[in-house]
Amino acid sequence: MAYALQQLINGISLGMIYGLIAVGYTMVYGIIGMINFAHGDIFMVGAFIALISIVMLVSGGIMDGPAAILIVLLVSTCVTALYGWTVERVAYRPLRGSFRLAPLISAIGMSIVLQNYVQVAQGARVKPIEPLLPGGVTVLEADAFVVQFSYMQMLIIAVTLAVLAIFTWLVTRTPLGRAMRACEQDRKMAALLGIDTDRTISLTFVIGAALAAVAGTMYLLRYGVIDFYIGFLAGVKAFTAAVLGGIGSLPGAVLGGLLIGLIETFWSAYFSVQYKDVAAFSILAIVLIFMPTGLLGRAEVEKV
Amino acid sequence: MSGEVAAIAMANRPSVAAAAMKDAAITALIAAGLFIPIVGLRTDVGADGALLVRQRWGDVAILVVIAFFGRLGLVTWRGLRGEAKPRSAARTEALRKAGRLLAPLMLGLALALPFLPGTGRYELDLGILVLTYVMLGWGLNIVVGLAGLLDLGYVAFYAVGAYSYALLATHFGLSFWLCLPLAGIMAAFWGILLGFPVLRLRGDYLAIVTLAFGEIIRVVLINWVSLTGGPNGITGIPRPSFFGLPFSMSGEPDTFAGFFGLEPSPLHRVIFLYYLILALALLTNWVSIRMRRQPLGRAWEALREDEIACRSLGIDIRNTKLSAFALGAMFGGFAGAFFATRQGFISPESFTFIESAIILAIVVLGGMGSQIGIAIAALVMIGGFELFRDLDEYRMLVFGGAMVLIMVVRPRGLVGSRTPTVALGTRRAIGAEHVGEGRG
Repeated sequence: MAYALQQLINGISLGMIYGLIAVGYTMVYGIIGMINFAHGDIFMVGAFIALISIVMLVSGGIMDGPAAILIVLLVSTCVTALYGWTVERVAYRPLRGSFRLAPLISAIGMSIVLQNYVQVAQGARVKPIEPLLPGGVTVLEADAFVVQFSYMQMLIIAVTLAVLAIFTWLVTRTPLGRAMRACEQDRKMAALLGIDTDRTISLTFVIGAALAAVAGTMYLLRYGVIDFYIGFLAGVKAFTAAVLGGIGSLPGAVLGGLLIGLIETFWSAYFSVQYKDVAAFSILAIVLIFMPTGLLGRAEVEKV
Repeated sequence: MSGEVAAIAMANRPSVAAAAMKDAAITALIAAGLFIPIVGLRTDVGADGALLVRQRWGDVAILVVIAFFGRLGLVTWRGLRGEAKPRSAARTEALRKAGRLLAPLMLGLALALPFLPGTGRYELDLGILVLTYVMLGWGLNIVVGLAGLLDLGYVAFYAVGAYSYALLATHFGLSFWLCLPLAGIMAAFWGILLGFPVLRLRGDYLAIVTLAFGEIIRVVLINWVSLTGGPNGITGIPRPSFFGLPFSMSGEPDTFAGFFGLEPSPLHRVIFLYYLILALALLTNWVSIRMRRQPLGRAWEALREDEIACRSLGIDIRNTKLSAFALGAMFGGFAGAFFATRQGFISPESFTFIESAIILAIVVLGGMGSQIGIAIAALVMIGGFELFRDLDEYRMLVFGGAMVLIMVVRPRGLVGSRTPTVALGTRRAIGAEHVGEGRG
């Protein structure tokens, strides 16, 4: 029981990270109908920028503790958002209106570019950092098993919820959010009604990248080691989460992320660690076969 | 008329220059924002295990200057060039005629390569590598180019073929010629097995599920140590023999060199492998071309253009899709068996997602459905990749960049035209800009 509770806490904090990345996938898919294959690598870039700013701030002795985390989060979000914007501008915008496969290939190329760019610039070795926020609260002690709710996990859940609240406000209450929803429903019509669709799509990528940067920072703080390859697996799993929740649905992406995080954690805890990725991917296949629209997605009506 | 245009262009030149300068300056600013953290501040693990930062402002400055002048050049060129003319059907027709000449030329070159002066071990190995990818490209083309099913996990079938051959040959001592069809059948079987659950999916969903299948197979290969040897792979896979005559340096009468009375040379095996993969690739090509003329192949192409119309006309979607998966997978399996026998060693390392991405990129860059285009794309991508061998760690960076660049410049691929398989009256080439609209 205590063991299960611990896994629940671990699963939720991991699922929050997946959920944040999944939102980026689902937004882009909703608005231009492409899988942004480089999104996982944007997450990785976010983690690296967080790493660099932590090393600059903390090892430089300028700042420590929660204040440093806030600054790191801000820096990482801003720079990664710039990366998101650039990727869209360079690799996807020229291909708008081209045939279906072209942006996907371009995205795969961009993913290779980002991975190898970071590998060349920052080296292939794994980068460890000291924990910024050690310690935690003991929730329960039963049968000599201590259930820990670490401060880091609390931070992940709090930050994710806060970011998602801001994001929800942005999408539902602001003119930009309205423009984004309009583009999602019908891009041509939105353009006819005077919405700058190119700008809206750019901003979608910027917001998606900013959320991925938050996820990357959280991932770095939680696990303490990153390398240039973390983006691929995290990206595929986050996409799985987006599909599981119903692609195009924002609450669905978060829900899917939580489910994938929980499934992965419980599978590793009770079955085998080696096959945890197989578990996540099998879930994806099963969901798509029996529920092609995901948990919260709308059925696509096909007009002939 | 043209003089008038030139005069307008002359009058516009100062504003073009000013706009270009402004644009380039903004680009340089963005580049600075991108490169300062990642390139400028290099983190290294120090002696005590903590991270140290090394500052590299010189590199950042070089990159920013490159971004500035690159953008300046691009904008100026675009401003002076004016509107790009759409490609006419006549040009597509001319390209197609040139392509008709190119194909026999390339085939002749491929056949003669081992005997051309200056061809050594390195050139042959490169030729084998390129042909392997040509074959994989043609195999995947059946699934992606003909049937229109986007498969991101093609490497799984390559892996199944390679492991089938490796396991059958090392455990049961079966010969290559017996294992080759078995490997193909195994891969086709897996193609059907994986194809079944995804029958209802389309487009990007299909892509992501096939990607997941590719990863599942790789994870199983890594973790099922008792069967596959895990990350260490399988070693000591038997090399192929020339219809029972082994390639050996001893020169005995029952070896290849001895039987034909040749001087024993290590090149014999390489040349044999080269012709083997050439034959396999040509088989793939021949089957694809023949299939296009058969009801099944026509059903694939109909499926690619419009699934609903296809179903309304009474075509069995399930069998059509499964046969495309199976046939594509079978050729992947053949290529895998060849890979295993050529390397003599296989491990899950060789079957990562990046391989699937490269093969798919070859198919798309080749123009989706154009046989000659795929061969050219494989030559350009794999050959180009080899050319940049000295660049070392920058190689993949250049490779990914080339993928993006080719897509942006030529989204239709290198050979973007297609001739309709069935046509009323005279057959005309379809221009690149219409292929996606279902007219090809």
